[in-house]
Amino acid sequence: MSSNVLHIENVTMQFGGVVAVNNLSLDINKGEIVALIGPNGAGKTTAFNCVTGVYEPTNGLVEFNGVPIVRNHPKGKMAKTYMGENANMYQGKVLHPTPDVITKMGIARTFQNIRLWKSMTVFENVLTAKHLNAKQSVFSAMLHLNTSEEKHMREETMELLCEQGLDKFANELATSLPYGYQRKLEIARALATKPQLLLLDEPAAGMNPQETEELSEFICEIRDKYDLSVFLIEHHMNLVMDISDRIYVIDFGKVISQGVPSEVQADQRVIDAYLGVSDVG
Amino acid sequence: MGKMLNQKKSNTGTFVALFCILALFVLLVLVDNVFPTNSFTLMLIPVLKKGAIYSLVCVSMNLLNGFTGLFSLGQAGFMLLGAYSYAAFSISAASHGAVYQYFDGGIIKFSIPEIFAKALGENAGNFLGSVVCILIGGAVAALFAFLIGIPVLRLKSDYLAIASLGFAEIIRAFAQWDVLGPVTNGSNLLRKYTTFSDMKISFGDFTLKLGTLFPFLIVSVCILLIVLLINSSYGRAFKAIRDDEVAAQAMGINLAKHKRMSFVISSFFAGVSGALIAMYQTTVASSAFTTAMTYEILLIVVIGGIGSVTGSCIGAFLYIACSEWWLRFLDSGEVLGVSVPFFRDGFRKVVFSVVIMIIVLFFSRGIMGDKELSFNRLFAKFRKKKAPEVTENEQ
Repeated sequence: MSSNVLHIENVTMQFGGVVAVNNLSLDINKGEIVALIGPNGAGKTTAFNCVTGVYEPTNGLVEFNGVPIVRNHPKGKMAKTYMGENANMYQGKVLHPTPDVITKMGIARTFQNIRLWKSMTVFENVLTAKHLNAKQSVFSAMLHLNTSEEKHMREETMELLCEQGLDKFANELATSLPYGYQRKLEIARALATKPQLLLLDEPAAGMNPQETEELSEFICEIRDKYDLSVFLIEHHMNLVMDISDRIYVIDFGKVISQGVPSEVQADQRVIDAYLGVSDVG
Repeated sequence: MGKMLNQKKSNTGTFVALFCILALFVLLVLVDNVFPTNSFTLMLIPVLKKGAIYSLVCVSMNLLNGFTGLFSLGQAGFMLLGAYSYAAFSISAASHGAVYQYFDGGIIKFSIPEIFAKALGENAGNFLGSVVCILIGGAVAALFAFLIGIPVLRLKSDYLAIASLGFAEIIRAFAQWDVLGPVTNGSNLLRKYTTFSDMKISFGDFTLKLGTLFPFLIVSVCILLIVLLINSSYGRAFKAIRDDEVAAQAMGINLAKHKRMSFVISSFFAGVSGALIAMYQTTVASSAFTTAMTYEILLIVVIGGIGSVTGSCIGAFLYIACSEWWLRFLDSGEVLGVSVPFFRDGFRKVVFSVVIMIIVLFFSRGIMGDKELSFNRLFAKFRKKKAPEVTENEQ
């Protein structure tokens, strides 16, 4: 039996009167590639942000490897205006770690609009992401007392770049790379944090069909190589149908369909959500 | 490939730089001891000392503004803390009654340099005692930075600048407060403490004055530490925060911790330079550490290049030399014996402002941009320039 990596339960994110994510529940098992799809504004990125600690969800629970990492319930003023369901289910201690803590637990992410460190080279971008595993204090770093750690970090970085085929750009500025490679670099940077779960927010945005195809191969490849589970948001249906083990479709913050690609493709509710429902019967 | 990245291209540049610094140190000792005292050295020595001190405070501000992307304007406040702490602990015990005449001789009854002097002899004691007092100055500034950082570092960009500016002004007002008089001497001066002129080595009858070397020594060590920090894993984390905070946090960098770290370290070195300023000025008064001082420092950082350590150093020496020395003739009323009517007091500042505006307009990224001046780069440039010449000759 494959073990559960990420378990999202009844997560609701309400901004004022807008319910961006409504009672979202989903599971990702080890080694799976799970896609979250839905029309624009359906709340996909918000769901990501709830998992990675950028937003504090109004209600719900997120577990990583069976350990609760995010937990909240509506309280105070929010309890009165709360529009979601299961308001009193998660009364335990509120858990809301900052994104860096969640990354340290083993969940890494990329962004919808590429967020590389602009002044740094490709090599430095990946090297800097290794900082979270640095054990030495700032004083020993300042006096360069522990050079073996630094050397080890550099070696690991170079290894990772070679594996991703980015080594030929190592000393170039990250922003001077072609678009497809910038996407790849962002994924490599996320991999540098040694995650167990990789969240990819629209990795194929702005890519041409050929680049998209390469990317789907790349995602499967890194999944196998680094023993990852992948959770991705994507609009390119070819890519999603190709590589996903399971798909969740959300619209207006609610899950409207889920299952293996062929099931989801055939689901009338999904077609309605994407193409709109005709008024004339 | 991996090896190439692990090691810097060559060490020749580093050796040449080290050699230059050593040569500079020897020259500074010569300036103090061998050069005749004339109008040239009378101007040169203070400019060198103040330039060195400003280099340190500008590099410390650059660490915060240029490398971590935190726009803070509290530098003068931290310098004041460093200067007062330094002076309070190093005023000679015998002078306490005279200095703190309105506050019963103050509450600190000892002088750290004198304690050291008793144990190690006068010169060594003065040297080590001052270093300890300078470190205390830095530590006090760092402590305040830690406390102030808790509320202030939650703010971003302009708001952080205003909050830290406000803090610096509050500190300045506090230093004049009567209740703190037994330490700060209220609105009176602190004086009669160990200064640069106490730094010397005696060989029998012959004494070697080290008054100019001392600030350079302290400043070089401090700047070296800052550069090492910037090139370490933490330094890269600082740059990541500057480039993209959201991405930095998503890659596991604890924003609050690293911002606080940068703020405290920068303030420590600001405190150290404050202590050096106290030594340079021979008296400490809170009125010297105004907002204008912070703006001066910010100006040097911008002129030198935000994100360049060597830029800040070059900027500091140029700025101090211009404002204290090279542009002084503009105030004197005559140039090369010819009297010019509109060259009167204050005209220097007008010209200076124009020069700065030109620099900001045409070199908007400063003298160095975010690059560093290094001998390796200079050599590389030299080689590149030479290469085409050879091909031309061949043709």
